[in-house]
Amino acid sequence: MNHFPTIIAVALATVTASLFGLVLIPDWQMDDIVAVEATASDGSSVVYPRPLDVWREQPGRELYVGNGCIYCHSQQVRPEGFGADIERGWGMRRSVPRDYILQTPPLTGSMRTGPDLANISARQASIQWHLLHLYDPTITSPGSIMPPFKFLFTTQVGETTPALDAVRLPGTEGSQTQWLIPSEEALQLVAYLLSLNQELPLEDVQ
Amino acid sequence: MTVSAPVVPPTERWSIDQSCRQVILLWYGSSVFWLLFGSLLALVTSIKMHTPGFLADTAWLTFGRVRPAHLNTMIYGWASMSGIGTMLWLFARLCKTRLVWREGLYLTAIYWNLLVAAGTIAILAGYSTGVEWMEFPAWAAGPIAFAFFVIHIAAWKMLANRRKGHLYISLWYLFGCTMWFPFLYLGATILIQTPASTGIAKMATNWWFAHNVLGLWLTPIGLASVYYFIPKVIGRPIHSYHFSLLGFWTLAIFYNWAGTHHLIGGPLPAWVVTVGIVGSLMMFIPVTTVAINHHMTMVGHFHVLKTSPTLRFIVFGAMSYTAVSVQGSLQSIRAWNEVTHFTHYTIAHAHLGVYAFFTMVAFGSMYYVMPRLVECEWPSANLIKVHFWGTAIGMSMYWIGLTWAGVEQGLAMNNPDVPFLEIVEYTIPYLWSRSVAGTLMTIGHIAFAISVWQMLRRHGATSTEPTLFTSPTRLFRFRKPPEVVT
Repeated sequence: MNHFPTIIAVALATVTASLFGLVLIPDWQMDDIVAVEATASDGSSVVYPRPLDVWREQPGRELYVGNGCIYCHSQQVRPEGFGADIERGWGMRRSVPRDYILQTPPLTGSMRTGPDLANISARQASIQWHLLHLYDPTITSPGSIMPPFKFLFTTQVGETTPALDAVRLPGTEGSQTQWLIPSEEALQLVAYLLSLNQELPLEDVQ
Repeated sequence: MTVSAPVVPPTERWSIDQSCRQVILLWYGSSVFWLLFGSLLALVTSIKMHTPGFLADTAWLTFGRVRPAHLNTMIYGWASMSGIGTMLWLFARLCKTRLVWREGLYLTAIYWNLLVAAGTIAILAGYSTGVEWMEFPAWAAGPIAFAFFVIHIAAWKMLANRRKGHLYISLWYLFGCTMWFPFLYLGATILIQTPASTGIAKMATNWWFAHNVLGLWLTPIGLASVYYFIPKVIGRPIHSYHFSLLGFWTLAIFYNWAGTHHLIGGPLPAWVVTVGIVGSLMMFIPVTTVAINHHMTMVGHFHVLKTSPTLRFIVFGAMSYTAVSVQGSLQSIRAWNEVTHFTHYTIAHAHLGVYAFFTMVAFGSMYYVMPRLVECEWPSANLIKVHFWGTAIGMSMYWIGLTWAGVEQGLAMNNPDVPFLEIVEYTIPYLWSRSVAGTLMTIGHIAFAISVWQMLRRHGATSTEPTLFTSPTRLFRFRKPPEVVT
């Protein structure tokens, strides 16, 4: 077996070293990053980041993961001078580790076939917009190649709204009005999207 | 007195190959099934990118589920199963020992198939973990590590049985990766799925893992195959023993530090990213070493590429290894990453690694190994030609189209005056080119699958000469008559 044990030991040592260097040491370094109390734009005091509510936002996040939104949408704003994330209006500041301390796993993403969503609720706060966009993205964003999520809705034709959350499909009116009735899942997904916001100024941003 | 099929003298090599037969044919056959299934998922994914309404009415077939299903069936179904098949055969051949613990390895293949199937169904049902390259639900980690335990023990036993003290370089890579991969998968799952790490460190773990699936799992198998098959086919030893050791150790040391280059500009301490960039640039050492070594071995024998299917696939793969690694090192440079990160460029790069390098080497290896297991030759040179040209042209077209699209996309995205939807519109023709390229690759895969199917059913010619792309012109082709055994 001559130098065989050495090969094994060194081969395992190299990969363990990188585990420490790339993951564990940064993890320990970021260990003291916890939620902070900060002042929101309206002057009120908030704790940031806040946990998602378990009623709609958390299940919405699971739908975001399960339906693979991460493959086209990142959730990280790159710093000023590196890319044009801030100039594009995708955030007021760069993302920092504190933004992600409650996320398992963080959905920072690696692709921008669609725009960054780190601050989507600041750009689009309307539930109706999000519901229409999920039903058929080209209604709100002509030319979009995002897949439609029609399976999260049922439709109904009628003059009056059939449900509390129903949205009128644009271009239909009168007795031929089409109403989109979002499923609970659609509402959860939108609730999650509306929780995405990293606008709060933090001191850790240099 | 009985009459049977042609009998090869039971040389030692033959008996080693025959000991591998059922086990490795099961790993290989399964891998080809996943290759076809993964290609189907790939085509659906690709079409959805430019025609979003395609198959969009079922939750199971929504883009964001089919895409990870494609990735995972290809990595864990096709690439890993074909890789393990070749790996076991190389262990047996290089240790000059019969394949050990065949029942265990056979059952592991069945078990592995069930795992990949269950994981893929879970992804399509919407239970992906959302962690790129390990979308299988977290419960898969233990069973995957267990399968590796079996393979690792088998490898260990064969190494212990070997009669020569010397370990050929391929064995270094292969034994290394049977340890590395379970370590990576278990380690990453624990760190990401449990509170063992917090927040953004989970993302660092994700890319440490994902980069190492290629670097410390598929690459070692690919390089081990290249190191074995090039000298084998052209009949001369590898150029430099010392270079091969240098290449191995620098790969083992540097490759696993490269992962965080996927997070350049991301929300984590700057030094972690810098370490990733340094690791990526240091990869020039193993890559140059290996490239020189392979090239110097091939020098003077490039004409064999005209005839040998194995060599043509393997050399295509070896050259792609150099290309993808140089590209990877360069794109970790901040200024370049600023443009190409978050674009189709990365997708092209990933396929250059897993497809143009690893998959092409895997095809070449299977063309060499399978005839020795089933004792007949590949049924048709034309099918092999369709396979090679379909995949080679398809892959080149794939890479050129998406790389170009990615650079343009990145430059446009960094210019805030270009509206986002204009960028989307701009990329659509390139997304179409990807669907065409994918179709070509799939045609190649179907030709390959037909060949493999005929081999498994032993419909290949039982001639003693290998099936080559070009063979000496002969007026008549005589079948070798069956020999009579007394």
